Amino acid sequence: MDFLRPASLAEALAAKAENPAAVPIAGGTDVMVELNFDRRRPPALLDLGRVAELARWGEENGHVRLGATVSYTRIVEELGTVLPGLAMAARTVGSPQIRNRAGVGGNLGSASPAGDAHPPLLAAGAEVELASVRGTRTVPVGEFFLGPKRSALAEDELITAVLVPRAAGPQQFAKVGTRNAMVIAVCSFGLALDTAARSVGTGIGSAGPTPLRAAEAEEFAAAALPWDEPAALDEATAREFGELVAAAARPIDDVRGSAAYRRHALAVLARRTLRWAWQDVSGGR
Amino acid sequence: MSRTDTRTESLTSTGTGGVGESPLRPDGTLKVRGEFAYSSDLWHEDMLWGATLRSPHPYARIRSIDVGPALTVPGVHVVLTHEDVPGENRYGLEHADQPVLAVDVVRYQGEPVAIVAADDPETARRAAARVRVDYEVLEPVTDAEAALADGAPVLHPDHPGGNLVRQVRIRFGDPAPTAPVVVSGEYTVGMQDQAFLGPESGMAVPAEDGGIDLYVATQWLHADQRQVCLALGLAPDKVRLHLAGVGGAFGAREDLSMQVHASLLALRTGKPVKIVYGREESFFGHVHRHPAVLRYEHGATRDGELVYVQAEIILDGGAYASTTAAVTGNAATLGAGPYRVPNVHIDCTGVYTNNPPCGAMRGFGAVQACFAYESQMDKLAEALGISPVEVRVRNALEQGSVMPTGQVVDSAAPVAELLERVRDRPLPPERGGPLDLRELPGGVSNTTHGEGVVRGVGYGVGVKNVGFSEGFDDYSTARVRLEVTAGEPVASVHTAAAEVGQGLVTLQAQIARTELGVARVVILPADTSVGSAGSTSASRQSYVTGGAVRAACEAVREAVLARVPGAAGLAGAAVVSASGEVLADLVEVLGEDVVERTVEWRHRPTEALDPATGRAFAHVQYAFAAHRAVVDVDTELGLVRVVELACAQDVGRAMNPDAVVGQIQGGSVQGLGLAVMEEIQVVDGVVRNASFTDYLIPTVLDTPPMPVEVLEYADPHAPYGLRGVGEPPTLSSTPAIVAAIRAATGRALTRAPVRPEHIVDG
Ligand SMILES: Cc1cc2nc3c(=O)[nH]c(=O)nc-3n(C[C@H](O)[C@H](O)[C@H](O)COP(=O)(O)OP(=O)(O)OC[C@H]3O[C@@H](n4cnc5c(N)ncnc54)[C@H](O)[C@@H]3O)c2cc1C
Repeated sequence: MDFLRPASLAEALAAKAENPAAVPIAGGTDVMVELNFDRRRPPALLDLGRVAELARWGEENGHVRLGATVSYTRIVEELGTVLPGLAMAARTVGSPQIRNRAGVGGNLGSASPAGDAHPPLLAAGAEVELASVRGTRTVPVGEFFLGPKRSALAEDELITAVLVPRAAGPQQFAKVGTRNAMVIAVCSFGLALDTAARSVGTGIGSAGPTPLRAAEAEEFAAAALPWDEPAALDEATAREFGELVAAAARPIDDVRGSAAYRRHALAVLARRTLRWAWQDVSGGR
Repeated sequence: MSRTDTRTESLTSTGTGGVGESPLRPDGTLKVRGEFAYSSDLWHEDMLWGATLRSPHPYARIRSIDVGPALTVPGVHVVLTHEDVPGENRYGLEHADQPVLAVDVVRYQGEPVAIVAADDPETARRAAARVRVDYEVLEPVTDAEAALADGAPVLHPDHPGGNLVRQVRIRFGDPAPTAPVVVSGEYTVGMQDQAFLGPESGMAVPAEDGGIDLYVATQWLHADQRQVCLALGLAPDKVRLHLAGVGGAFGAREDLSMQVHASLLALRTGKPVKIVYGREESFFGHVHRHPAVLRYEHGATRDGELVYVQAEIILDGGAYASTTAAVTGNAATLGAGPYRVPNVHIDCTGVYTNNPPCGAMRGFGAVQACFAYESQMDKLAEALGISPVEVRVRNALEQGSVMPTGQVVDSAAPVAELLERVRDRPLPPERGGPLDLRELPGGVSNTTHGEGVVRGVGYGVGVKNVGFSEGFDDYSTARVRLEVTAGEPVASVHTAAAEVGQGLVTLQAQIARTELGVARVVILPADTSVGSAGSTSASRQSYVTGGAVRAACEAVREAVLARVPGAAGLAGAAVVSASGEVLADLVEVLGEDVVERTVEWRHRPTEALDPATGRAFAHVQYAFAAHRAVVDVDTELGLVRVVELACAQDVGRAMNPDAVVGQIQGGSVQGLGLAVMEEIQVVDGVVRNASFTDYLIPTVLDTPPMPVEVLEYADPHAPYGLRGVGEPPTLSSTPAIVAAIRAATGRALTRAPVRPEHIVDG
């Protein structure tokens, strides 16, 4: 197996174009598991560890441009204010060791429906930046996922960054697992309120073939939330929102939980996170 | 010479620390630093790597095996099947019913069919995958009760009794008792895994005499040796076993895994062969805890005194017997729990199915029974309108009580006191103060900020036998030597007892220090050049190997004292009189001499069960622990956080107080795992979660504070008065936690582990 070590993004893209079968390795927390379990034996690994361009984040035009290999630990420590939903999700990933190594690029690269970064990216309306020697394009995160572990990433492309709008209101993330840490989601939910645009963003994890948005729930909440008199969020609105989120899920029964439980839990999570977010609106600004 | 790293080095324990103290473990620093050599670290310069081809089917007939495609893989040295097993192609701890390599039928998913030796592990694995096996897939028998029905496929045609491995009947008192208050219930326990961290591994090194040296992580070297000899057709002097570093056991290393396979490959290739299972393979490489269905009925007076217990227990033994018969015996004889019950009627049945084989795991049959009888005691308390502790205390076993086997409990049984002690502890504070997600169910996953969270408290108490029971000749052998090295008296202790993490090496040194009055003790590597120590299981090694080491030390001491007139003991590296006066320096008394004694030591004999009634002096010792669990449950999401898990346990004598607390906390957490998360999910005989991604074990954030109260009521029959420690806390922790969840939710919860669905759906 070849081990390619590009020192810059340009070199990395050239190497990927030349060796489309080379598997990029960022933190390696998914790749190494696959290799160790003998599920995959690529002809080459393309190490992104030395590509400095991928390990930075910065703000531009109201967006955070988050490099693909910025670790979860850094997201928690450095982006808690500008991307609170993603930072909360990052805090739930694996263990400290995993969070030190892994990042959003790898989460997207694996495209697991259970990836914890996906719901907050969906809720925030993020875009995925993909680059190749042919050029750079951006794909809305909702269109990036094509199926379980399948994405819009082309053979010669690398994920360079995600472009996430700076939070314009409270955000939340909650994940159900059957132990209190280090657990793959049974289901998860991300929520982002935009108090200026008076819009609501959602993301459902681990309850469908891909991460999903709950469009009807978003529209309902945007219309029903009392933006003008933020003090009052009635029980009925929270419940209806929860039911609409549950209805948008397409869960299955598997070892981690039943479809019925996932739907039920999503309704609870959606209701609760909406209340927490709204408390910030009514209590805060 | 080739470089070899089999590092089964001696461990030296220096300084102070006799019986009753907590000296540092001689292997502790190495383990904490990551420098300890586990069996997976074994290395030999010209070694080959072995790999195992396993059946993907739970039940199938093998039409043919073609090893040709595997042999063509470059780097492959040999591919072996059942035809290459020179001795008996059968092994097993109780019944030799398991083939070393499958012949014409496979009975569980993961059963070994062929083995490969190659230059590196990946080549070996890939070659194994190329062996072509033509299977005729059969409908597996996956329900234990259906396996006993007429017309069920018979999985072991030459086993008398069809799919029944063993049935034990307990008949005690009035056969048709009646009582004014009756509660009944059906309970199920899922398949728990031992989840040790060091996967099955070892290395077989062929020797010039045509024999083999086998370095392996195991629980009982001599039981392995016996089975390996039979399979290889070699005499015991040709099959020498050495204990390699063991990364946890919990019962999962009682049965053979790679021992015969590596030996076959090494003998055939003439090279050392190492086999290390991966994590996924490990789930197929060892037995698990028996899943159980338990139907109980308890009758009591209106005052809450038990009148009778009736129970039917079915244990799914899976494809091969392993220790199913002994597990069945335990579940039956301990099935009424630590209570005085005048009338008991229990039928306990162990069964063959095509599920994964089940055998030894910490608690060994007593765990399953405890979940059921403790759930019943809570039900009874509710029916009577008294507290769960009260109903237990009113019926608590005590010294002099009679077990349903007719055996009189002839040492301390402070069941009531254990319960009262955990009950009387202050409760942990209610939640409060600023939001800290780590203190809530769901933890940092941020599922609740207090919504839906209800606290519950529950109790459990259990009884476990210590040592091997039912008439088994349960002994250990110790060789102790005393000599002067570098001007200092040094004791060395040699046994075949497996240190699996519990701290036996520390304890052996403590005993030698106490008995021989020396500071420096060398614990020699465990191997089969000394007699059997019996198994590191059944909470027995401190008792039995501890007893053997003490007896050997006494024999050495007697020989030394005989050299000095008026001598009465050894202390501070000197021979002392009865009044403690120093009579002679031990170094001078010994001179150049080596004093060595080997002693085989056994505990009081036990008796086989009467087949009709179960009457017998079946167990050499009983051990008891009680728990109080405090939990917070998110009642809407079904998520649980155990807030505190308090335990009280009688250990007879705390030989090493730190190690005792460690065992109690570890056992409690293993019980916590069974209560809320640990289960191998098997559907149609196929394991669905063979990895630590989906077989969840508690993390530190799932592990609550665990205050422990250690009681020391000496057992006059046991060395130093000690009582086995390792297993009892694993029993009562599970029902205490489930009871606490019931208290918080009002749900019936008849199954362990409790899943969120059970709480949400009721
Ligand atoms: C113990 C453990 C616990 C875990 N817990 C969680 C959890 O709680 N939540 C969760 O979501 N995940 C979890 N994971 C999975 C994993 O950590 C995440 O998916 C993580 O985000 C992967 O990031 P990485 O940098 O390690 O990716 P890698 O393993 O390096 O790569 C993952 C995939 O993405 C591809 N890839 C990586 N970078 C790029 C790029 N720039 N362009 C194109 N393709 C790329 C790789 O080729 C590979 O296919 C866990 C894993 C382990 C081992």
